[in-house]
Amino acid sequence: MKALFKRSLQNTEIPGLVLLVVLVVLFSVFSNGIFVSTENLRGILGLLPEIGIVAIGVAILMIAGEFDLSVGSTFGLVPMVMVVFMSHGWGFAPAFGVAMLIGIGIGLVNAFVTLRLGIPSFITTLGMLFMMRSLTVVISGGFPPQIPSDVPRWLFTDYFGPGNFLRASFVWLVIIAICASLMLSRSNFGNWIKASGGQVAAAAALGVPVMRVKTICFAGCALLAGFAGVIQSLRLNSVMSSTGDGMELQAVAASVIGGVSLVGGIGTVFSAIIGALLIRVIDNGLVLTRTDPNWFKFAVGALIVFAVVANSWLQRLGKSVRVAG
Amino acid sequence: MSSEASAVRGAEAGDDPIISVRDLHKWYSGVHALQGIDLDIQRGESLGLIGDNGAGKSTLINILSGVYPPSSGTIVFDGRPVRIRSPKEATRLGIETIYQYNSVVPSMSIARNLFISREPLRWSIGGFGLIDTKRMHAEATRALSDVGLHLRSPDAVVSELSGGQRQGVAIARAMHFKSKVLILDEPTNHLSVKETNKVISFVRGLKSQGVTGIFISHNIQHVMQSCDRVVAMARGKIVADCRVADVTMDELVSHL
Repeated sequence: MKALFKRSLQNTEIPGLVLLVVLVVLFSVFSNGIFVSTENLRGILGLLPEIGIVAIGVAILMIAGEFDLSVGSTFGLVPMVMVVFMSHGWGFAPAFGVAMLIGIGIGLVNAFVTLRLGIPSFITTLGMLFMMRSLTVVISGGFPPQIPSDVPRWLFTDYFGPGNFLRASFVWLVIIAICASLMLSRSNFGNWIKASGGQVAAAAALGVPVMRVKTICFAGCALLAGFAGVIQSLRLNSVMSSTGDGMELQAVAASVIGGVSLVGGIGTVFSAIIGALLIRVIDNGLVLTRTDPNWFKFAVGALIVFAVVANSWLQRLGKSVRVAG
Repeated sequence: MSSEASAVRGAEAGDDPIISVRDLHKWYSGVHALQGIDLDIQRGESLGLIGDNGAGKSTLINILSGVYPPSSGTIVFDGRPVRIRSPKEATRLGIETIYQYNSVVPSMSIARNLFISREPLRWSIGGFGLIDTKRMHAEATRALSDVGLHLRSPDAVVSELSGGQRQGVAIARAMHFKSKVLILDEPTNHLSVKETNKVISFVRGLKSQGVTGIFISHNIQHVMQSCDRVVAMARGKIVADCRVADVTMDELVSHL
């Protein structure tokens, strides 16, 4: 019993979950129940996959001990590449494929510069944030090309299910979350990710191919960011040169709020999704409760600080609980 | 090769070397860190390696554990000439190294720590696969009790363990994977007296399990308590090599 208490105190997902419940209750009360209406939940869950998928990649990379601040720009560049190719007469599938490869390429560049040239990933990806954003503007030619009407939206953004409650993108989120979660918590590769982020020297000395592990995480993170960007572009039916602006900080915020450690080694896929959901809930709840939406960033900021303080406090408290035996 | 190697130092006791090093040199950016090391380490022996900072102990150990390649010289392991290109290759040969700070990942559970990069898998494709958690848990429990480490559960996070217990986990790992040679880099640094005694008793216990131990320390007293033989290094060379029974601490200090 005491061991269970200790373990739940130290579970980094708890503060995020508690906050989620509290906010849902608060917003429901102050919006006279509109917040939990089917129509509103449909709206929240329809937008969640975009930030959720980005946050999964960012969280896994953070657990591996590295940062990616360029995900927002990748989120814009990848769909822009796709649309530009399509405006030159390419079909959806090849344009999508090439755009995804470019996403992976961005991740590989991040990995190469960070790992081979020995630069903090914070700096590498900050540089890439600007460079990829600039490229997005350049290849768009100044004004955004149209997305043709024959793209397979049913595969990405169309509603389905009873009452058309969910978007197809939600299925992608679920599939990616389950695969990523199994990979991180149950596979040997997940063990290497945690070891690389937790104590890189020990991981290397024990034979973990640290460079390869981190490279795969960088590439996966950029790929997911690009994929989420494609989803948003199809939902909005356009790519703008500003698509994904600020997404990097929301994704880092989602991970941190969910309990992913900034120094690496600690965190889960589930926690990143809770963090992402919290951000969507706040965004939506503020509007529904007729709060000035300019408070959105304030609320997210307060949440970040609160979540991290609560987490470190609970860790200490958990440590002080002595379990017999 | 092995007969030639043992002939060089045939006069010495044991005469069944698990590691024979000949004329090993290492230069780092202009520094001659190892200047022709010849060393035979006998099977089952526990060897203390002492010397000041910069004497070359760490360089020698890093070469044996696959962190750096030597600039020149030969290494014979278990009768065969070897080139140890990576830490993974060293562990595959049976040389396990426990570093002062980096022997464990504090944010992971004991069980996961024991099996980093050697996880028991249910199935795998191209080296990636699903961990057999049940087996990992059971083997971890056994590995811990084999070295006399009684911990609540192998699921506990390593950051909650004391320094001595962490060394114990690393030693349990080496024993579990049937290492032939266990290298301990400053295992008693920053430990309390009680914990130090525990580590020393671990090192003594290696012998009964037929494991060769190399114990690096600048604490001569700890080395003399736990080893059969002591090798002193200074300025990249071996300056003394004697049995612990035949030497006093003052004599050893005078060599450094």
